[in-house]
This record gives sequence, C-alpha cells and structure tokens, in this order.
Amino acid sequence: MKKIVLGPFTRANNSCMVEVLVESKKVVDAKCCGTFFRGFELILKGRDPRDASYLTERICGICSSVHGMAAAYALENAAGIRPPANGNLLRNLILGADFLQNHIRHIYLFSFVDFLKLPERGPYLRSYEVDKRFSPKTNDAILEHLIQSIEISRLTHEMVTLLGGKAPFPHGILAGGSTVPPTADVVMNFKAKLERVNHFIQNVMLPDIYLLAEVYQDYYKIGCSKTNLLEYGLFPKDEKDTARHFPAGAVIDGRLQTVDLDVIKEHLSRSWYAGDSEAQHPSVGQTIIDRDKEGAYSWIKAPRYNGVAMEGGPLARLWIRGDYRAGISTMDRIMARALEAKVIGELMIEWLENLEPGRPIFTPFEVPEQAEGVGLTGAMRGPLGHWLRIDRGRIAHYQIITPTAWNFSPRDNSGQKGPVEEALIGTPVEDENQPIEIGRVIRAFDVCSSCSAHVINQGSSSYLTILP
Amino acid sequence: MDVDGPKPKGKPVVLWIGTNTCAGDLLSFLNNSNPDYHAWVNEYVDFRYDYLIGAAEGPRNVEILESALTDMPGQYILIVEGTVPVGSKELCSVIGIRNGEPWTAFQAVRELGAKAEYIIAAGTCAAFGGPYAADPNPSDSLPLQAVLRERTIINVPGCPINPEWMMGTINHLIMYGVPELDGLNRPKLFYGQTIHDQCQRRVHYENSVFAQRLGEPWCMYKLGCKGPTTYADCPSRQWNSEHLNWPVKANTPCIGCTSPEFPDGDMPFFEHLPDVKLPGIKMRANQVGKWAGLFTAIGIGRHLAANILTGRLAGNYKRDLVNLRRKKIFKKGFRGKGK
Repeated sequence: MKKIVLGPFTRANNSCMVEVLVESKKVVDAKCCGTFFRGFELILKGRDPRDASYLTERICGICSSVHGMAAAYALENAAGIRPPANGNLLRNLILGADFLQNHIRHIYLFSFVDFLKLPERGPYLRSYEVDKRFSPKTNDAILEHLIQSIEISRLTHEMVTLLGGKAPFPHGILAGGSTVPPTADVVMNFKAKLERVNHFIQNVMLPDIYLLAEVYQDYYKIGCSKTNLLEYGLFPKDEKDTARHFPAGAVIDGRLQTVDLDVIKEHLSRSWYAGDSEAQHPSVGQTIIDRDKEGAYSWIKAPRYNGVAMEGGPLARLWIRGDYRAGISTMDRIMARALEAKVIGELMIEWLENLEPGRPIFTPFEVPEQAEGVGLTGAMRGPLGHWLRIDRGRIAHYQIITPTAWNFSPRDNSGQKGPVEEALIGTPVEDENQPIEIGRVIRAFDVCSSCSAHVINQGSSSYLTILP
Repeated sequence: MDVDGPKPKGKPVVLWIGTNTCAGDLLSFLNNSNPDYHAWVNEYVDFRYDYLIGAAEGPRNVEILESALTDMPGQYILIVEGTVPVGSKELCSVIGIRNGEPWTAFQAVRELGAKAEYIIAAGTCAAFGGPYAADPNPSDSLPLQAVLRERTIINVPGCPINPEWMMGTINHLIMYGVPELDGLNRPKLFYGQTIHDQCQRRVHYENSVFAQRLGEPWCMYKLGCKGPTTYADCPSRQWNSEHLNWPVKANTPCIGCTSPEFPDGDMPFFEHLPDVKLPGIKMRANQVGKWAGLFTAIGIGRHLAANILTGRLAGNYKRDLVNLRRKKIFKKGFRGKGK
C-alpha cells in the first residue's frame, strides 16, 4: 500500500490537500477534510441583515455573486417582499455572467491543465508528464484556446461589472432587486460581450470538451458515484419566483423527489465543532469551534439529506432538469459543466430581451424587527442555502451550507463517506509519483475550499492526521 | 503557445502565495487586459508560483517555493494574498506539506518574506485583516505587516484589488523601484485621494441632492457611502480593465473596502458613519443633508461645510479607527514574532 500526499492540491478555488491510499494501482481509501476556517457565521452575528449580501460575497472570489443572491433571497423571505420584474432579470444576468466566468475559468485554467502537455515555465512549471494523450497539433490548438479563455472570462467579469459595479463582489445583487437601470448603452454593451462569450462556448469550448471525452473515454468509468443528487433551483423565471429555469430536486438512487428542507441535517461527529451528537437542522445549528475534538478531522460540517450524502453541481442540475442522464462520472461532470454554460448563455440573451427600460428595478423595504428567512439557490458547484434569523433588527443567527459542504463533506455520524471521498474509491493510479488521475477526479467536482484527505496507515486501523 | 520555448531568463521572479483567502484578488488580477495575464506571464516576468492556477501539485509544487528560497534569495518579489491566521497553532491555513509536516501560512510567510526582495500584500485581508479578521476574528487572523514587522510591506488593499492597482504596483517595482507610499504603505499613485474628492456625484453632495433609495442616480452619502473616508481612485479609474463602472456609478454606496477599518468600521454598509462629532455639534447621518444646506444658507459656504463634514470630521473618525486597528495589530504582532 502506498500513501500519496498532494499538498497543496492546486487549481481549486484556494489550494487544498489530498491524501489517498493506493493498493494494486487503485485508490482504496480517502478522506476529504476542510482545513480552512474563517467562521463567517460568527462574524455575521449582530450585524445589519442588509449587509449579509455584500459580506457573504467575500466567502468566495470565484462564485461571489451567488452568495449575494442567497443572502438577498433570505432577507426577502424574512421581510416578505419581492423584487420588481426588472430587478429579478438584472440579478439573474449578473449571476449568469458570473456562472459563465466560473465555468470557463474552471474548464480551461483548472481542469484542462490535467490533460495537456504544458510549457515548462511560468505557472506551468513542474506539471505532470504522464498520460498526455493529445497529438502535439491538437495539444497546441487547445493551449491556444486556453489563452483565449483568459480574454473571454475577462469579458464575463466585465459583464458582471456593467450591471453590478465591479467584479468580483458586485454591488448589484441586493434584497429588493438590483441598482443599474437597463438603459440601451448598458444593455447593448452587455449583449455584445455575451454574444462573443456564447460564440466561444459553442464553437471552441464545447468542441474541445467533446474531443476530450473522445480521447479520455475511460473517464466515463472513473470517479463514478451513485445517483444521489441535490439542487435547490437556479434563476427564478419571474419576480414572484413561481418556478426556476433549473428546477429544484432531490434524487435518491435515481428517483426524483421534491426537495424537503426539513430532512436536511448537519452532522458534526467528524467536524471540529462542539455541539450535540444529534444531527441538527441548519436553522438551529451552531458554530462553536472545538479544534481538539476526538475523532474529528475537518472544518467542514457533514450535511445529509434524509441521511444520504448528496452531490451537487452542473451534472445534478442537468439531470434534474432532464437534459442529461447519461451517467455520474468524472467525464459526465466535465461535460455537464460545459453544456450548462451553453444553456445559461442562451437564457441570458432571452433575459436581456425581457428587460423593460424605465420600469422599477428595486423595491424599497424596511428590515423587520423579528423574522426568519431562508435563501436557496443553485450555485456554480451545487446547492447553496443561507438560513437567517433576525432579532431586534439585527442578525441573531446565520447558517450557510455551501455546495462544498455537500460535495466535500467528511464522514457523518453513521460513518458514511462524503461524495468526493466515495467517488475517489477505485480510481486507477498508474504512476504513484505522478498520480494525475486523482486530480482529474476531484477537479471535475469543481473544488472550492481548502480541503485535505487523510490516509490510513498500512496495517493500522486508525487514520493518520497529516493535516489538521 | 510555444510549448518547447526557452525558459525565461533574467526576468523578475514573482511568487504569489495564498493564505486565508477567497482567491478574489488573483481572480481580479486575471481581469487585466494591457498586458493581460498571459502576455504578462509570457513576456514580462518569471511568474514561477501562482497558488491558484499553478499546474504543479503536491511535492512538485512545494519544490518551486523551496528552490526560490535556496537559489534566488533576495531576488524575487513575494505577493501574499489573504490573512495569516495564528489561531489553532497557526494551522487554520496550511499552504502545503513540507518534510512530511504541514507548512503553515505563518511559517511560509516568515520564511519566504525574510528572503524576498520586495513584499506586496494583495487585497485588504493581507494588508489590514479585512473581512476574515472581522469581529470576533474567529481564526485569529493577522495582516501581513503584523507577522513580518521587520520588513516594509507594500500594501495594495481592496476587496478585491482593482486589477490595475496590482499590475501597476508590480510593474512600478520592476521598472522604477518602490513607489511613493502613504502612511499606510499604500502606493499614492492609486490611493492618494479619497473617493469623495474624485466622485462624479460630488456636485450632488454640494447641492444636497441625496439618493433616498438604492438605484437612484444621486449622491449616496445618506445611504451609507464611505467615499469621504476611503482612499482609492475608483471614481476616475473604474472597474475592471475596461473601466466601465464602479459601486457609486452603479447607484450603491462605496463600502470603504480599501480602508484599514474594513469591514467593521464601515458597517452597517447602508447607514452612515455613527454619530458625527463636531465641537458643540453632534449630528446623525440623516441630518447631514439638512446641516449642509443650513451651512450654505447661513453663509459658511459650501466648501467649508464640505470640508468640515468630510475632511475634518471624517479624518478624526478615521484616525481613531486606524489607531485602534494598529494597536490590535501590534499587540498580536509581538505575539507572532515571539514564536
């Protein structure tokens, strides 16, 4: 048996650590563990509820606007208000542009790097040399597209800025709506950029991904998981939020159900938090640090849906929408991300056409003295929920369950592995000194947190904690 | 891309490490366009270490930093993004495994910082603590200067940095050496004046035309705008590299993200500074418009009124906060240095 330590694990939004146990050239065990603790829920306590949109954006640089969105939904839910039609469309457009930014940067700068032969310089120093299957000509062509993707993803952030003031951390996503009126100059600028981005997605990125899927067909059989998927619904179709363009759904063993929030519980037995041994609903869950807790190995809590570990992300969304049900594997995850970018880009063209210049964009409201609210949305990498309780006009309780908590959760109270831990089992590792396969499997989930995995020692039944 | 091209020689070596961060600053840096990220990496610098996009993982990644320590001491520019947490034995942020042990952000910053030619703090977290050090600072996060007190840190704050603030600072170092810095070690080139002094809506302030709700095209002062106490060139430069927009132009208040007191001293974001104090006069934000009008009416003059309100008042308020934050930093800095 061979222990492989990948520290740091780069090209994740913030590097993390991975350790796996390899036996007979296959991964036999792995543990994912968040080593990154900031305590946003503690920081939010006592603050003005309106500030949550801007402050929670600071959780993540690559998907900031989606936290702003979840916080806005939670406060609107608590205050009992809705944005005007334009407000809903403008927020969707900002979030949509940030989705395209995330997906394009992830696919080329984070994920494709695992499949390409790279120049030995700059940020590409010391990359793995093994299992690079593209012909030199194709390899060069995709590298050229990688360079183009830097320019194209910059355009998506300029789109966020047009309607949101700046990027990352746009100001245009707030409870009540948005703030930049859709005037002709702004709409045209946005549209021209969007059309260039869509052209790239459809004529460069998707063909590259089809090529990847052809050359690396074996990755349809690697990183496979059970069909346990969760999505809260992404992009409200109208200001009343009667339906979403990507509908909510919970899939257990391939059977689609409506989402029941009451069955979501956070398990803490393997996480560095004090508290009840019973799993708690996020509306009452606490965040009390206990770094020396016996048996714990992660800063990430383990959320479970009716006791089941659920996977989220583009693949889950497309599966639930009925667009893509080929399988649940590494290549399916990559494929779904590219296809989702195409669908979102097309929807955004429609939203631009539905904007009504001169109509309201923001609904003023008073922050309630006492209220509770929940904000749910699909995020770039899975389901995102913000749970809010207001007392005397200030935040009394705030809980956030990120997609990363779902995907990268540690084992739960019953010992069940998290989705990435589970998907890693069985992954082939040809060359233990260049274990390129592990990164491909994990990156297909679009990692967004410092995480680490721990490895079992040969002949020992206990996990060796390499990282806290 | 020239796959087998020669390794750049003689170009300035740049290492960009991430500690407790959301990666927002590096992602913002990717929004540069002249030069863009690729041209910059290819033509201008030897960008050997990029904690986010770097292709190397695991031991191969750590080797790049180790080789900088042994082969290029005093010859690289170190950029640090994020706070340096010292809570939980500094283990809240680990940048890699070295010699089988976690290499904590604190250790890495001390080691790499000691041998760097120049050190840049990228973003408000690294420069001043920022959101991750906000009360109650659960991870016991420190800004870079507090763990490297013996070195001059060039602070490039912002949440995130404007792509050009960072590109400009690095290139100033390469082309002309250390730029002129203000009292908080920020390049005056970008942080020399307040947002308020450069604001396109200054005239609305002077005329007491205040937005009553978000989304209106008037002065954002009464909706909590921190422009009067915030030093940055957002109004003139704008965002991102196409200079299209900025928070006030987007009809929202500036939240003061380049300031040392961000975010604690700037919250609530949509309320104004707590009671504004003048000798003998105390007023709340919602009275400011009235007072500004009154000052004008009784002949003090608009400029005097503006000076009193923004310059002196805001200045005093800001100084108090900066002093408070500095005291905190140094108290913890001693603790950090003792290890």
